[in-house]
Amino acid sequence: MTLAYTDKSAPFTHAPTSVQKTMTTVILALVPATLFDAWLFGWPAIFMFLITVGSCVVAEALCLQAQDKPVGETLADGSAILTGWLLAMSLPPWAPWWIGVIGSVFAIVLAKHLFGGLGQNVFNPAMVARVALLVSFPVKMTAWVTPHPLLSDKGLSFVDSLGITFGHGFNIDTMTAASALGYVKTELSRGVPVTESVQHLPDLMDMALGLHAGSFGETSAILILAGGLVLLARRIISWHTPVALMGTLFVMGTVFHLVNPARFADGTFHLMSGATFLGAFFIATDYVTSPVSKQGQIVYGIGCGLLAWIIRTFAGYPEGMAFAVLLMNALTPIIDHNCRPRAFGRTRKGEPLEVKGEK
Amino acid sequence: MKIFPVRGGIHPDYRKDLTCEKAIVPMPMPQKLYLPLQQHIGAPADPVVGAGDLVKKGQLLARAQGAVSASTHAPTSGRIAEVALITAPHPSGLPQLTIVIEPDGKDEWAELPAPVADPFAASSQEIRERVAAAGIVGLGGATFPSAVKLNLGSQNKLETLLINGAECEPYLTCDDRVMREYSAEVIDGARIMAHALGTPKIVVGIEENKPQAIAAMTQAASAFSNITVVGVPVQYPMGSERHLTQAITGLETPAKKLTAELGVVVHNVGTARAVHHAIRYSRPLLSRVVTVSGGAITEGKNIDVPLGTLVSDLVAFCGGLKEPPRRIVNGGPMMGQPLPSLEVPVVKGTSGILALTADEVNERDTKPCIRCGGCVTICPCGLVPVEMAAFIRKDNLDGAAKLGVMDCFSCGSCSYVCPSHIPLVHFFNYAKGRLNDADRERRKLERIKMLAETRNTRVEQQAQAKKAAAAAAAAARKAAAAAASENPENKASV
Ligand code: SF4
Ligand code: SF4
Repeated sequence: MTLAYTDKSAPFTHAPTSVQKTMTTVILALVPATLFDAWLFGWPAIFMFLITVGSCVVAEALCLQAQDKPVGETLADGSAILTGWLLAMSLPPWAPWWIGVIGSVFAIVLAKHLFGGLGQNVFNPAMVARVALLVSFPVKMTAWVTPHPLLSDKGLSFVDSLGITFGHGFNIDTMTAASALGYVKTELSRGVPVTESVQHLPDLMDMALGLHAGSFGETSAILILAGGLVLLARRIISWHTPVALMGTLFVMGTVFHLVNPARFADGTFHLMSGATFLGAFFIATDYVTSPVSKQGQIVYGIGCGLLAWIIRTFAGYPEGMAFAVLLMNALTPIIDHNCRPRAFGRTRKGEPLEVKGEK
Repeated sequence: MKIFPVRGGIHPDYRKDLTCEKAIVPMPMPQKLYLPLQQHIGAPADPVVGAGDLVKKGQLLARAQGAVSASTHAPTSGRIAEVALITAPHPSGLPQLTIVIEPDGKDEWAELPAPVADPFAASSQEIRERVAAAGIVGLGGATFPSAVKLNLGSQNKLETLLINGAECEPYLTCDDRVMREYSAEVIDGARIMAHALGTPKIVVGIEENKPQAIAAMTQAASAFSNITVVGVPVQYPMGSERHLTQAITGLETPAKKLTAELGVVVHNVGTARAVHHAIRYSRPLLSRVVTVSGGAITEGKNIDVPLGTLVSDLVAFCGGLKEPPRRIVNGGPMMGQPLPSLEVPVVKGTSGILALTADEVNERDTKPCIRCGGCVTICPCGLVPVEMAAFIRKDNLDGAAKLGVMDCFSCGSCSYVCPSHIPLVHFFNYAKGRLNDADRERRKLERIKMLAETRNTRVEQQAQAKKAAAAAAAAARKAAAAAASENPENKASV
């Protein structure tokens, strides 16, 4: 009587986990911030978001088809949607349709499938796309519109919005503002000290709530933070990467600000501005491209924080998170190799422990 | 008592409520009993009966062979039907030499030797001999011959006998029931073992999800000042010897060493009870408590089962299967063995028989690893399952060995949490098997080489000795000749 199978070793029970569940949870954690930003920037942003996510899914389907991999089943894992989602969150809200499409090709085809598909990519696909777009189309990629909330008198009509996304675009001079980081940087280059330029920024409260110019997903720090806390609570991510990243950024900002307040923005400003929360909770914690051990994640988080601060402070780009994450992605294999946990009953070097109190 | 933290581990769905309130019931004697000669780690026992022999309950059927082995006895009176090759309760489904008894229904005891009058006055040697004669092995599932393990006191200075009542495997409740219903017997057995080992202290470790067992054992131990009953955190695999030892003593057993080197010996609660029976009543190990559970079983039970009972009889006693199971497991779901069919016997190491539905097993197609690090975080041995598996997939077994795959004790935690449903433990078992084979092969070759070398040196030495002897003889002859030519008289005298 053959009733059951013996083709596999135990365990014969499994936690209710799956790739799909993990991805879905991350996506759900992004929903509040996304809805808020959709409201804040109106129809053009909604179009941009849908196009970016949609073209990521199409690109994924085509790649799978080309490799004779199961399309429907693999799409259902949700990883392409998540990549598209994160990419959309890091684009200017009123970016034209082709920015989203080209970005999706960068993310899914180049950064993901050329490396071997899910789990094989070395670099975070959304960040590869963002950086590639930023380098290729610097003007479009830094056109941060000021908020145009839906249903408010600043809001745009559906038809006008179609024009922005698919047609003539919009007048960059009248409708945009610099992002906080960008503003401080530009002013600094004109010789205006940070202490003065921050006076002209929306206050920290507004930054936290997101009522200012910025990329689609960077604006509402509080909602992103809330989503991150949900991921922590659901144990999708652990505290190690985000805390190490934000801690480093904060400490660097604070220390240098104390030394020279005119040259360096303070720690709180670094935390609340730009993509810090999005980067710390959603980008740097990307499983595939970050270290697997907790020790490794701390090293990695510190690296990301440090690089982000350096790039924001000294380099030509106001926002450094994407570059910082990509640079650290490249180091992930080395970190993994050097940050393995200590095995039970062994020293760090792998030798068996000495018996204490040897007779 | 302070409990020390233990790395990693998981909190699976325990599902113990299916059977934890079911008191132990005796199994009615089945039509036939099948007793494999190897129900333990070590050499198979040597049969001392043949087909047609009549045997009494408790009579020796097969004798332990060599240093590590265990005897087997007749669980009831009856006739030996045959000694034949029969499918063993092992995933391979390979047959094993097995003694088949047809019970006569009288359940007549053989004449047993007199019990040890005062175990605490007896020598350690005497207790070990009795335990060995009773065929007792570790009943937690490891099935290591207990008498051998009771001898650890002769090589190590022992402090603590740790009685393992953690029972961290989901579903299983047999130890829980034994502790609740037979706490006094367990404590007595533990005291006898501690005496044999020479350990001044006894600690009973029980996972905190068994409050009644903790209460019963505390009550039974209250008369003895050297026994402590402690609750340990509910954290699989708390029942692993090394991890329980760490939780209770804070000491980490060095790799490739036994807990005995830290002064700790661990025995299971069921084993303690069996020792009590063997010493106080001279009763060999004839039955054990088995948890029958799982979603496909009509009514889960804790049953006192005569060894050799077919799993199919056991399942029938539980009302049969209510739906086709996806897996039948011998032991717990985390570390148990899959069974090829129900037509295999219950043996000394069978702590549970689980008939699990597809829902419970929750098997899914393997997806690519997403490097979530879950397996790294929970591995109680501090290994990196994701990297080891990657090596094994590329057939780089040495790479996996360098990362410590031989330290993995197949607790199953990594496979359990993997969101991509990668059968990590399956890879590790494969690698460990291959590495063990390679190791055996290498040692064999080394031995052959050593033997060959010894032989060569011997031959060479002999040759040299011969040459030397010949040279010496020649020299002697020459000298003698010279001497003779000088002194002819002398020659005559030689
Ligand atoms: S099965 Fe092995 S590798 Fe996996 S968690 Fe257990 S000890 Fe670690
Ligand atoms: S748990 Fe599975 S998916 Fe996660 S790192 Fe380990 S092997 Fe990869």
